[in-house]
Amino acid sequence: MSAEFSTNAEPATPEPIAVSRPPHPLTEFWYHFRQNKGALGGLVVIALIALIAIFAGVIAPHDPDIQYRDAILTPPVWQDGGSWSYILGTDDIGRDMLSRLMYGARLSMMIGMIVVTLSLAVGLGLGLLAGFFGGMTDVLIMRAMDILLALPSLLLAVVVAAILGPGLVNAMLAVSVVVIPHYARLTRAAVLAEVNKDYVVASRVAGAGPLRLMLIVVLPNCLAPLIVQATLGFSTAILDAAALGFLGLGAQPPTPEWGTMLASSLQFLQRAPWVVTWPGIAILVTVLAFNLLGDGLRDALDPKLKR
Amino acid sequence: MLRFILTRVSLVIPTFLGITFLTFILIRLVPGDPIEVRTGERGIAPERLAELRHEMGLDRPLWHQFLDYVGNVLHGDFGLSLITHNSVLREFLTLFPATLELALCAMLFATLVGLPAGILAAVKRGSLFDHGVMGLSLTGYSMPIFWWGLLLILFFSVGLGWTPVSGRLDLVYYVEPATGFMLIDTLMVGDYEAFRSALGHLVLPTIVLGTVPLAVVARMTRSAMLEVLGEDYIRTARAKGLADGRVIGMHALRNALIPVVTVIGLQVGTLLGGAILTETIFSWPGVGKWLIESINRRDYPALQGGVLLIATSVILVNLLVDVLYGVLNPRIRHAR
Repeated sequence: MSAEFSTNAEPATPEPIAVSRPPHPLTEFWYHFRQNKGALGGLVVIALIALIAIFAGVIAPHDPDIQYRDAILTPPVWQDGGSWSYILGTDDIGRDMLSRLMYGARLSMMIGMIVVTLSLAVGLGLGLLAGFFGGMTDVLIMRAMDILLALPSLLLAVVVAAILGPGLVNAMLAVSVVVIPHYARLTRAAVLAEVNKDYVVASRVAGAGPLRLMLIVVLPNCLAPLIVQATLGFSTAILDAAALGFLGLGAQPPTPEWGTMLASSLQFLQRAPWVVTWPGIAILVTVLAFNLLGDGLRDALDPKLKR
Repeated sequence: MLRFILTRVSLVIPTFLGITFLTFILIRLVPGDPIEVRTGERGIAPERLAELRHEMGLDRPLWHQFLDYVGNVLHGDFGLSLITHNSVLREFLTLFPATLELALCAMLFATLVGLPAGILAAVKRGSLFDHGVMGLSLTGYSMPIFWWGLLLILFFSVGLGWTPVSGRLDLVYYVEPATGFMLIDTLMVGDYEAFRSALGHLVLPTIVLGTVPLAVVARMTRSAMLEVLGEDYIRTARAKGLADGRVIGMHALRNALIPVVTVIGLQVGTLLGGAILTETIFSWPGVGKWLIESINRRDYPALQGGVLLIATSVILVNLLVDVLYGVLNPRIRHAR
């Protein structure tokens, strides 16, 4: 879905406006971005889920933890025996599915944000150090990253979560550790591409210290691939955290985390398929939206990355 | 050529040592003394504790313990399982063929479906088929596969009764493991009923494990084909009047395959580790399920050895792919 507008990528400047001034980078970005219908759709879905997450306390019809003993395994409203008070049905101990999903959105968005922030911060730091100082620093950091990359990501996350002990916080830590190498490698590659360009040499000659060079001169020019990776990182984080929850190594049962919800109602798969269907759809839609957005960002932000 | 292979192999050694170190340190991070964990609530006399610690080498400095560990591993001693008291290596080796069989089938499935889908999507670029393939592959890529597996079980096993729900073989059959690959073993003894049962058990896990690689292969093939189709030599081939099929099959596909083959190779490694979820859902008796069970039973030696062994096999597969790739593509071999 990326290559569609390689043909019409050139006329980025609207024709009649003054030839002298190129459009603001953001305008140009938006021009490319909005041509990708999938990415726009992804953005809308993410915005919706974010709104649901923020206002879960207001819009959820029930408390996610209250057990309605007289409404155990109520089917969704359009099936026989369904009721409008539990639109998507209830689970095996009578909790409202819709409310739990809404609070689950809150958890998933939080997981995504925390994991991406943590791994981006650490990976960015390591990548900058490796790219700037080169030599032994570079070799040590990148070798360590290679070792982490050699392990299949879910395996590593499972092991880290098993050792830290099950729980949402530990699961987030485990997922963060796993994705650090991606950011470190991207940052290092971007830094290496930039660091010998004239503008960097110029500011070095002008007396800029290493910190200024790293953070203010070079970093802004390395951001495009990192933004794309961070967006895609949201989907990996949500997916892996849900997988850990499913394996019993992530968030623990009363928590309405989507993966955990799925795992805790497995034995009702046949009798009440909806308790398993909804959390899965929620995960799929969220992850898909982030992947669509990431693809769109890649195409719009960096023509070189266009595939 | 030999030089190329040796460089690749030598690059693997630090990675292997690093992973050994990682598993060694990770297990140290588990709260509680390994001996006290084993004795449980009964408690243990301080003298006996010191004696045991000395026996197990836990009173030596950490670097010494690490060297001991590496020495043991290099001798093939991955420790004993706390629960079964079997050698971790032996347990791993009995289960590994099941995982390998599943991973290979999944890769085969992903390649057989993903490659043609990607090629067709590129050739019919912008068509409904193209959009369909790309949409589906992005969906597959975003799929929580544990949920996907449950849906398939619900539909095909429970609903339609077409496929068995779990395991590798119906209990009525018994096949003496020779290769460990159920499909080959059943054929070797000539038990076709058992072969069909084994095949039936493989279908759903293969689809579930193969979904993500399928999406990756289809996307990769499409973009590689698109790139190649824009090249000058394709225009030349068309200009001299070659038939479409020949241009695409002979001129374009061969060049487009180079990145695709790499991706396929790298996915095999990922699949070996990624089988954790699939094996758990389908009760597939492989190393992934065994690892999760070890975690639940707090069998740390098994976990430690298992992770190291899986990681080692992934590294070896990737090394093999790397070397094969160099053999196939001289440009890689001679690049510095």
